[in-house]
Amino acid sequence: MATGTRTGGILARPTSMEGVWGWVTTVDAKRIGMMYITTSILFFLWGGIQALVVRTQLSYPGAEFVSPDTYNSMFTMHALTMIFLAIMPMSVGFFNLIVPLQIGARDVAFPRMNALSYWVYLFGGLLLSMGWLFGEAASSGWFAYAPLTESAYAADRGMDFYVLGLLVLGVSSMAGAFNFIVTIINLRAPGLTWFKLPVFVWMTFITSILLVTAFPVITVALIELMFDRYLGANFFVAAQGGDPLLWQHLFWVFGHPEVYILILPAMGIVSEVLPTFARKPLFGYPVIVFSGIIIGVMGWMVWSHHMFTVGLGTVAVGVFTVTTMLIAVPTGVKVFSWMATMWKGSIALTTANLYAIGFIALFVIGGLSGVSHSMSSSDFQQQDTYYVVAHIHYVLFGGSIMALFSGLYYWFPKFTGRMMNERYGKIQFFLLFIGMNIAFGPMHWVGMDGMPRRIYTYTSNMGWDFWNMVSTLGAFLLGFSILLLLHNLVRSFKKGEIADADPWDGRTLEWSIPSPVPHYNFARIPNVVSRDDWWARKYVTGEDGVTHPIPQGGAYAENEEDVDVHSIHLPDPSYWPLVTAIGLALMGGGVVFHLAISIVGALIMLVGIYGWAFEPVNEPDEEHEEHEEQVIN
Amino acid sequence: MIRAIPLLILGSMLMLSVGCTPEHLMSTFDPLGPVAAEQKMVWDFVFWAMAVVFVTVLPMLLYMTLKFKRKEGDPIPPQTHGHRNLEIAWTVLPILVLAVAAVPTLNVLKYVLEPPAGSMQVNVTGHQWWWEFEYPELGIRTANELYIPVGKPVQFNLQAKDVIHSFWVPKLGGKQDAIPTRTNVMWYQADVTSPPEGFYGQCMEFCGTSHANMRLRVHAVESDAFDIWVQAQKEPGPVAEDLSELAAEGRDYFENMDFTATYADGAVSKQRCVYCHTVDGLGISGARTGPNLTHVASRRTLLSALVTNNSENLTSWLDNPQAMKPGSRMPNPTLTDAQTVALVEYLQSLK
Repeated sequence: MATGTRTGGILARPTSMEGVWGWVTTVDAKRIGMMYITTSILFFLWGGIQALVVRTQLSYPGAEFVSPDTYNSMFTMHALTMIFLAIMPMSVGFFNLIVPLQIGARDVAFPRMNALSYWVYLFGGLLLSMGWLFGEAASSGWFAYAPLTESAYAADRGMDFYVLGLLVLGVSSMAGAFNFIVTIINLRAPGLTWFKLPVFVWMTFITSILLVTAFPVITVALIELMFDRYLGANFFVAAQGGDPLLWQHLFWVFGHPEVYILILPAMGIVSEVLPTFARKPLFGYPVIVFSGIIIGVMGWMVWSHHMFTVGLGTVAVGVFTVTTMLIAVPTGVKVFSWMATMWKGSIALTTANLYAIGFIALFVIGGLSGVSHSMSSSDFQQQDTYYVVAHIHYVLFGGSIMALFSGLYYWFPKFTGRMMNERYGKIQFFLLFIGMNIAFGPMHWVGMDGMPRRIYTYTSNMGWDFWNMVSTLGAFLLGFSILLLLHNLVRSFKKGEIADADPWDGRTLEWSIPSPVPHYNFARIPNVVSRDDWWARKYVTGEDGVTHPIPQGGAYAENEEDVDVHSIHLPDPSYWPLVTAIGLALMGGGVVFHLAISIVGALIMLVGIYGWAFEPVNEPDEEHEEHEEQVIN
Repeated sequence: MIRAIPLLILGSMLMLSVGCTPEHLMSTFDPLGPVAAEQKMVWDFVFWAMAVVFVTVLPMLLYMTLKFKRKEGDPIPPQTHGHRNLEIAWTVLPILVLAVAAVPTLNVLKYVLEPPAGSMQVNVTGHQWWWEFEYPELGIRTANELYIPVGKPVQFNLQAKDVIHSFWVPKLGGKQDAIPTRTNVMWYQADVTSPPEGFYGQCMEFCGTSHANMRLRVHAVESDAFDIWVQAQKEPGPVAEDLSELAAEGRDYFENMDFTATYADGAVSKQRCVYCHTVDGLGISGARTGPNLTHVASRRTLLSALVTNNSENLTSWLDNPQAMKPGSRMPNPTLTDAQTVALVEYLQSLK
């Protein structure tokens, strides 16, 4: 594609899409999506190991599996890893893979910035996790309440890895979010109006807006904490007149939209999976879209329910009680709509669909415990107990993770050209479902029984022994089922049954193109006529209400010989996103280790940005070059 | 398999009730005072609402999954897009249920956050990792074990010395946080006397290494027993003449002997017991860095309700505080065995 000679840019442009270097310099959203998903799965495993250490320590009273400080680091880093390095990036991986295809586009609006987002995520994640290498992993909780995080109480560098790691990760999230907002607004195929968009695209859009508006808040909080720790500022230092509650407000104003950032993509995924496997459209599409928007907006009005016990006063607590209760409504509406989608459908119990249905069940449980938390006066009993731990894991594991795994099984054929093994998948699903409930179900009871969270041990006279042991066993079963999932992924990737373009008789545009997806996505950008446009090209519903397949020729003819795919030009690969990301990561890391590193990092970042700015999207000479067809493998 | 659904409904109801163990020491299902009782009432309401949803929605989901399972040759189902009235109903109905739930929730909120006029005052200060209690109206200061009279409201003014802590005695009511820079107000009332070991409580906001070890006890006693306790607490510690020879020696060490103190973070300095711990009646007084020990022997527990109060545990503590409470702000006092024995004898005489 590129000539390899010096053209507008500073260094020779990468030329090939093959091999490791092809991946390292890629700007193709499909490849970036796969890198996000692979990396997030690895971090998920790491977060899972940390969880198993926590559970082992708690399996019986007085255990000495790890020291108290190590334990405190374990639950801190487990949460950070799962939230920022597993769930969010896996969701972004799906944004990358699916959104361009569902809107009939060839890529995202800013492909190089897309690559930057991935590399900054990888390096930021490594920086956040790096404390373990030095025996200085953050140990003040993922919520990092001041004053515990001030230098006086958190003397080692754990909080520094926390602050800089999250600041760097914030760049990744925001860059990605801006990218998807512009992509969805600008790059929709002709005819694809807003209310024909698949719900997954809507949820991506709302999540991206939440990311762009919420991350600045945590950025401010982190910078203020950094100033306290390094420069003697007193934003949160009580003794000098600072206010520990300021941290909590800033953190939770970010933190609550953050949990919707974690769940909306998952809701988007099941909104795709359920209709496909019920062979019916999503029930109440406009209401589901509006509910998503309302959740996004109301998510800003509930943050202090994380602070019910800090002494805000009856009025403030009362207001947040009411807003928190109300936010249950749009969520409930979605659940009912999903169930109505299944009602009188023709339901195929593929693994992907089992995960989606399992999502509904477990998310309902998590949502119910959430409603009980909203009732502030009784929540004073549950706050900071294992009941909260049960709630968060039902919504995050039973919710987000289940939906993401549904997405893996559902879209695996599209991107790899192979089917995942269904029999294996079902066994894996059931073990996961059972393990998850055994691990987290008892936490409701042990929490109502008074067991605090974030404790490294407990005594036998409390009566918590039995359920803690049960919970630990469930956690190990869950861990085992994850290993099976990994095995299924790897095995299917290598030797799975070859997949058609449309193995599930899908409804949306990604199923109208070959599996695996060619580099250019669509040979011809589709003209969209209706919601579920692909389904509408395959089937027609007569006036008698019966739906028939449209005879051959009516379906969208994806005939590659008809279109000169060589004339489709996509942005060339580039080094600059990687270079810029390295610079940014060094800037962050240098603040923890040595400022000289930051200065080097800043220079590298400037070189990266400069090179990027002067590099054209495509190298100019290529129209006249003979080039091989580039296919994503 | 569909016929198993009623069984599943019953099964799910059974599951919900398994967690009910009010006899456990920190159970929230055993309200022994009005604050806890009101909060339990709100919980009962929401529990039953949740239970109704749980036993209807989840079996329904299972039912649908099985009933509409695709069979070979099934036609494509009717492509229903929505149903306006149904969608309105399931939006409005939850709002109504929540509106009804909000009323007791908010009423109880006001009730639990506003102590009755004339409540006895207790100032609670959270430290890493122990509780300081001061009764300002009575001129008493103690630590980790609280006495309150049965049947009378007690107002807690919560503060914190270092980081955020949270004060909770489940059988008496919900918790509030103790935050440096502010005073949070809450109240409890015990309607029954406590068992001999007291009502159990614990710090509920993660506060560092030994958060898990920061516990407390509340003893609710009849008014006359409470008055006796107050009188005893007002007495200063015994003078040397009233002590055994060994205890008097210990008293002398407590007040006058410097020892090498090795802190958890490795710092080393010369300290004296009395620099951090107050025993009323000694020459030097007023230190609040560590718990007030004037009546330490009258407590059933030591180390913020972590271990039983006896000579053995006290000796182990003086020997190696870090082993018993990791990270403890109490340094390891370098003492000879003879000095330790004398100090323990003294401390055990501080009734």
